[in-house]
Amino acid sequence: METLAFMLDNFASIIRLTVEHVEIVGVGVGLAIVTGVPLGIVITANARAAKIVLYSAAILMTIPSVALFGLMIPVLSVIGQGIGFLPTVIALFLYSQLPIVRNTYAAITNIDPALREAARGIGMTTRQRLWKVEIPIALPIIMAGVRMAVVINVGIAAVAAYIGAGGLGKLISRGISQSDPRQLIAGAILVSLLAIAADYGLGWVQRLLTPKGLRSPSRTGRLALRLGAWASFRKSPHHAQ
Amino acid sequence: MIKLSSISKRYEGASAPVVDGIDMEVGAGEICVLLGPSGCGKTTTLKMINRLIQPSSGKIFIDGRDTDEFEVVELRRQIGYVIQQIGLFPNMTVEENISVVPRLLGWDKARAKRRAAELMEIVALDPSTYLSRYPKDLSGGQQQRVGVARALATDPPVMLMDEPFGAIDPINRELIQDEFLRIQQQVKKTIMFVSHDIDEAVKMADRIAIFRGGRLEQFDTPDTILARPASPFIAGFVGADRALKRLRLVRASDALSACDCAARVGDSSERARALLERHGVEQIVLLDAAGKPQGYLSAAELSAIEGTLMAAHAKPVQGVARHSDDLRSVISSMFSLGQSWLATVDDEGRFVGYVNQAHIVDMLRLPAEARA
Repeated sequence: METLAFMLDNFASIIRLTVEHVEIVGVGVGLAIVTGVPLGIVITANARAAKIVLYSAAILMTIPSVALFGLMIPVLSVIGQGIGFLPTVIALFLYSQLPIVRNTYAAITNIDPALREAARGIGMTTRQRLWKVEIPIALPIIMAGVRMAVVINVGIAAVAAYIGAGGLGKLISRGISQSDPRQLIAGAILVSLLAIAADYGLGWVQRLLTPKGLRSPSRTGRLALRLGAWASFRKSPHHAQ
Repeated sequence: MIKLSSISKRYEGASAPVVDGIDMEVGAGEICVLLGPSGCGKTTTLKMINRLIQPSSGKIFIDGRDTDEFEVVELRRQIGYVIQQIGLFPNMTVEENISVVPRLLGWDKARAKRRAAELMEIVALDPSTYLSRYPKDLSGGQQQRVGVARALATDPPVMLMDEPFGAIDPINRELIQDEFLRIQQQVKKTIMFVSHDIDEAVKMADRIAIFRGGRLEQFDTPDTILARPASPFIAGFVGADRALKRLRLVRASDALSACDCAARVGDSSERARALLERHGVEQIVLLDAAGKPQGYLSAAELSAIEGTLMAAHAKPVQGVARHSDDLRSVISSMFSLGQSWLATVDDEGRFVGYVNQAHIVDMLRLPAEARA
């Protein structure tokens, strides 16, 4: 109850912190999409490069976020950005690499080789094949990777409050340092809610991005298929003989 | 139309070439089936034509032009390509799939749309029902019809087909083969067709090229290959029943004998007896005024009849062959009826002659060319 009252009393600042949180995650993951998707596609051409990139991304993932923030302070202090927005975005960018690059790579390599052969055989260039066939088919799986990256980073961004990143993590860190369970609980709940909302919203986007021809067949589609088969059976002259 | 000149393919590090010095030429409008066991080089040979595989040596000409002169995507857009796995793009509707190459060639939307509808008619799928469907909503046979339509989209003179009907169940395979032959009558493409199924090859091909270990073992008409296999390997490959397979190549209309040996209702029994004797047969077909078989009479029965023949005299005809049936099905009905001959009728049901076992045996002794 107290927590709820606290949240209502500080509604404006909570909104501001949420927007900040979304901003940090959005920029970090956005940059990761811009670089990770092309990287995931490029490495499909070379198994060795793919191995190196995917291993590196996996190793990045194992570095605890607190340690990563700590490591960046001396490096980025050189340009006077040891704490705050920049190191946070860099950390989120790095943590996004594994889900995005790996999903892109897996989605492209799992495309039925027959499609690639058909596309080549009818005279599509590599670029046309990529844009017209491979990326549309891979999109839902790439999007699943993005979704995963966002959910992970909503959590990691909360920790980044310790290097002054702002966002909902601020409520948690203040709650701890001021021994104020209201702020602590409000922060924890809001971070969770944000993660859930992002996952749900992006799941909707993922369905939207799935080409119609790849969505699981609807009831009407299956019915139409059966009717079509029946009609062509009736029409076929070979059965009339 | 398609000419392969000393085509070889050798992979780095492999001891033997996959394809070794193939020379062959396929005329315009012909279906040439590349046949052989797996690993014989037939698919590699096919894919060298549209340069999905680059030959190590040799030249390929299409309509007199060296295929190396073309930009590779340009070349492929001029050659229809159909594969066993069909490879329709699942993210595109049937219409979009068919329109891919036309659109790559810069056709406007309306023209591509018209062409897609036209092609659907050709492959016997209703455009208004199917154009807006996605591949997953079609059966395998329907998908491959769309695959064929996609290959025909820009009306290329040449088509390459890599076991196109191999993944379709046997019943539908027969249907789609018949369908495809009907389409070919209409479009008259020059077709290279890979198969490992001798029955399919015999059915589809104007000429069959049999491959073994990367070499061309025999390149001939189906009938000659079945009648005169060039090597024990080919004899084994086409099967011990190769003589029976040849039966599929001959239509009843090409195996007719005793075409005038028929009595009509109202003829005298003497005349019918005379016909029987002249042709040295045991039975004669009795026709009605329209020339349709009513029944048959044996010599013994005829001699018991005085005066004119009436429909009531004849024993009913058990079965007739159609002139367009192949001999395999004609002989099959002979066997099931226990007869050594079958009256044959045209499309209107009028008698045109007999198919006679002894005559067929005679015919099959020689390949078709020698008979002609």
